[in-house]
Amino acid sequence: MNRYPLWKNVFVAIVILIGLIYTVPNFFGESPAVQITPAKSTTKLDSALLGQVESVFQQENIAYDGVYLDARGVKARFANTDTQIRAKDVLQARLGSDYTVALNLLSRSPDWLRSVGAKPMYLGLDLRGGVHFLLQVDMKAALSKAAERFVGDFRIALRKERISYVGVSREGETVQINFNDEAELIKAKAIIGKEYPNLTLTESSNGSERVLKASLNLVEQKRIQDFAIKQNIQTLHNRINELGVAEPIIQQQGADRVVVQLPGVQDTAKAKDILGRTATLEIRLVDEDKTDAATLEKAANGQAPLGDDVFKDRDGQPVLVKKSVALTGDYITDAGPGVDSQSGRNTVNVTLDARGARIFQQVTRENVGKRLAILLIEKGSTEVITAPTINEEIGGGRVQISGMANTQEATDISLLLRAGALAAPMDIIEERTVGPSMGQDNINRGIHSTLWGFAAIAVMMMVYYMAFGAVSVAALAINLLLLVAILSMLQATLTLPGLAAIALALGMAIDANVLINERVREELRNGNTPQASIHAGYDRAWDTILDSNVTTLIAGLALFMFGTGPIKGFAVVHVLGILTSMFSAVLVSRAMVNFMYGYRRKLSQLSIGQIFRA
Amino acid sequence: MELFRIKNDIPFMSYGRLTTAISLITFVLAVVFLVTRGLNFGVDFTGGTIMEVNYPQAANLESVRKAVDSIGLKEATVQNFGSSHDVLIRLPVKAGVSVSQLSEQVKTALVTADPKAEVRRVESVGAQVGDELYENGGLALFFVSLGIVLYLWLRFEWRFAVAAIIANMHDVVIILGFFAFFQWEFNLTVLAAILAVLGYSVNESVVVFDRVRENFRKMRKASVVQVIDNAITRTMSRTIITHTMTQTMVGSMLLFGGEVLHNFALALTIGILFGIYSSVLVACPIAMWLGVNRANLIGDVEKKEDASKAGKKTDVAEPHPSDFA
Repeated sequence: MNRYPLWKNVFVAIVILIGLIYTVPNFFGESPAVQITPAKSTTKLDSALLGQVESVFQQENIAYDGVYLDARGVKARFANTDTQIRAKDVLQARLGSDYTVALNLLSRSPDWLRSVGAKPMYLGLDLRGGVHFLLQVDMKAALSKAAERFVGDFRIALRKERISYVGVSREGETVQINFNDEAELIKAKAIIGKEYPNLTLTESSNGSERVLKASLNLVEQKRIQDFAIKQNIQTLHNRINELGVAEPIIQQQGADRVVVQLPGVQDTAKAKDILGRTATLEIRLVDEDKTDAATLEKAANGQAPLGDDVFKDRDGQPVLVKKSVALTGDYITDAGPGVDSQSGRNTVNVTLDARGARIFQQVTRENVGKRLAILLIEKGSTEVITAPTINEEIGGGRVQISGMANTQEATDISLLLRAGALAAPMDIIEERTVGPSMGQDNINRGIHSTLWGFAAIAVMMMVYYMAFGAVSVAALAINLLLLVAILSMLQATLTLPGLAAIALALGMAIDANVLINERVREELRNGNTPQASIHAGYDRAWDTILDSNVTTLIAGLALFMFGTGPIKGFAVVHVLGILTSMFSAVLVSRAMVNFMYGYRRKLSQLSIGQIFRA
Repeated sequence: MELFRIKNDIPFMSYGRLTTAISLITFVLAVVFLVTRGLNFGVDFTGGTIMEVNYPQAANLESVRKAVDSIGLKEATVQNFGSSHDVLIRLPVKAGVSVSQLSEQVKTALVTADPKAEVRRVESVGAQVGDELYENGGLALFFVSLGIVLYLWLRFEWRFAVAAIIANMHDVVIILGFFAFFQWEFNLTVLAAILAVLGYSVNESVVVFDRVRENFRKMRKASVVQVIDNAITRTMSRTIITHTMTQTMVGSMLLFGGEVLHNFALALTIGILFGIYSSVLVACPIAMWLGVNRANLIGDVEKKEDASKAGKKTDVAEPHPSDFA
């Protein structure tokens, strides 16, 4: 009776085998590698790149251990870090700015393991070193910015329909349009209401003027906020790509937060700088009507006349520009440094998308002979880079911005413009940095805790329960194997609290075996035959094991649901550990006991330690 | 080897008055410490910054303090931990300076003071995030308790559920009391440990309750007190062995786990030690006083279950109730 049917034995064997296969990659370690990813999503990723990389290595005499193509890019492994760094430099120079080359680590596991998808566990930042940021998106600013865009849109719409209005302005998140005439307001309301159904329109009076106020309704607000966070995430992706970080994680958390994890990044100051930059370009008209001395005098002191803003240009001279924005950086598709062929000065060459090109063409057509100010807004301060006079209508969406101090600045500004603007400013509200040596220390600490604890438990169990103790220890080892295998399979992030959870899972899992062994002893003590005692011991212990694991599982799930960061990492491993322990402590240990005793006809004694008989 | 050779049941329930007194005293003491001294919340909950800095030589705390003071952070604490080479700096949240700027400023100041300083770990949490983590921690504690009560209610009986949760909340309060008394830092990993302990020591009550239920079926003539005493005595061996094993693992963490896991392992240690005691010697008396008896535990299903059991397990000799006397 203490024999498993064949299928059950086979099942246990297969599970253990799978566990072994998926655990093994963790033992091969990692070797230095470089990762080549296309800088733009439009660049094709195929085996041509693979060939290109290989030929670069051959030409430059760089010894590599292997080159692989996967969904994200091409990865190449090297024997040591010196070769890795040389390869990175060479590749970056040869491939140009279309590709991002980043340093990485790649598992040394053999190809056949890779082909079945067996990878080592995915280590969290506290184990591999790196930075973790939690960024808060300023949604109020996103809404104001959206309202600002409506100001321009309304002006164009009203002008097109030849509706006369006094002015369009923004106050917080509402846009108000002033009219002299009720009839014009009604016409405008009909048009705006039709074109922008997501705006709530209210009428009021201000003195002799009639005022139409447009505010964003909840649906539109939500849409803008969703868009803002998506746009910010996209921008962060672009910027981090420029940083050259392998395997960055950029995720939305909640409605208005973004988690950024940069494994291996040590220069946190630079990372923060790049993440936090909110450079954006605005093109506005210079107010040519107000150039009298008194106004300029006032402007120099920072007082701008109504409808204008005053900013300083590179020479420190105040420039009066109109409040309404002709064009924003959102329309930019590409930007690169260049040199003006006539003057030899450094420039940034900007390409606009179709809509941006159309707007720019219209603005330049309507304002020939006037000056156009190009503003760079960075970290809240605005600077007029250049304010050239429009000589003719500019079509085609290609704009050359002169006025760069040197090549470096031209490169920096084009990088910022190319990487896109943030839809709303962001603040870092949480930061966790772990140095690389600390990461390795943490791994060692976790592994030492687990192994020494395991060894001590093994000795005690075997002394106390003899052969049954050995079976329990073997079951515990298989529990560890399965837990590591599942973590490797799921590629769940393993953190130091996660390592602690592995240790704790083992410490708790032994409970099931202790329960079983004690039960078997008790059955023997009550005078049952060895075979009957094994059977009854496992049978009766099962109910208790199930009950006690369910309560632990409840705790684990609550931790998972409410925990963040380190707690979540702990909870995942904790819950998985409970599940694997139920399998190994009951099924696997029973299978082993069955092999040991189940086939003996005459069994007079079990090796389970001394049995005290009453 | 066999450590527990207990011939007769130990009359645990007759010690009820004593165990309750012990529990009450420790509980009240824990509450007093919690109220008077309060918990020493880590940056996870209060917001602020922790920096771990390593020096190749023994660190000069005075110069580190000076460097930190130089950027106007008078409330910062600077102390050694682990070895004389490692320094832990704690900075409170500073109004007007974002957490990331603050850590960068300190880093620059430290490297200026000593170029060999290596910042090994930075944890900065904004005040707002801290409040949320605090809230989520409370919620997690609440839902764990609720889930456990519901499960025990379904599986056993409301009296057991209430008894188990009281016993285990008593453990949680005592752990918190220790943290308040010694002013050990209470951070997110400690919270995780406490919640894990909650789930773990309920195991303990479950094992005993399971036995109590089983005994009610078998020991038909025994009184409630006898049934409970027998259940505790029979499971005592398992209780002690299991906890020793778990504590061995936790002790290993305490030894090898380093700074980050230290308080985590401490919380577990206290939880395990008090868990042994409370989940048996507190939960059972409470269940008894709440009026657990054969009728409300087994109820009408008694006969049906026994019949099916007898039919299924003819091969197992049912021990006679006198075996337990």
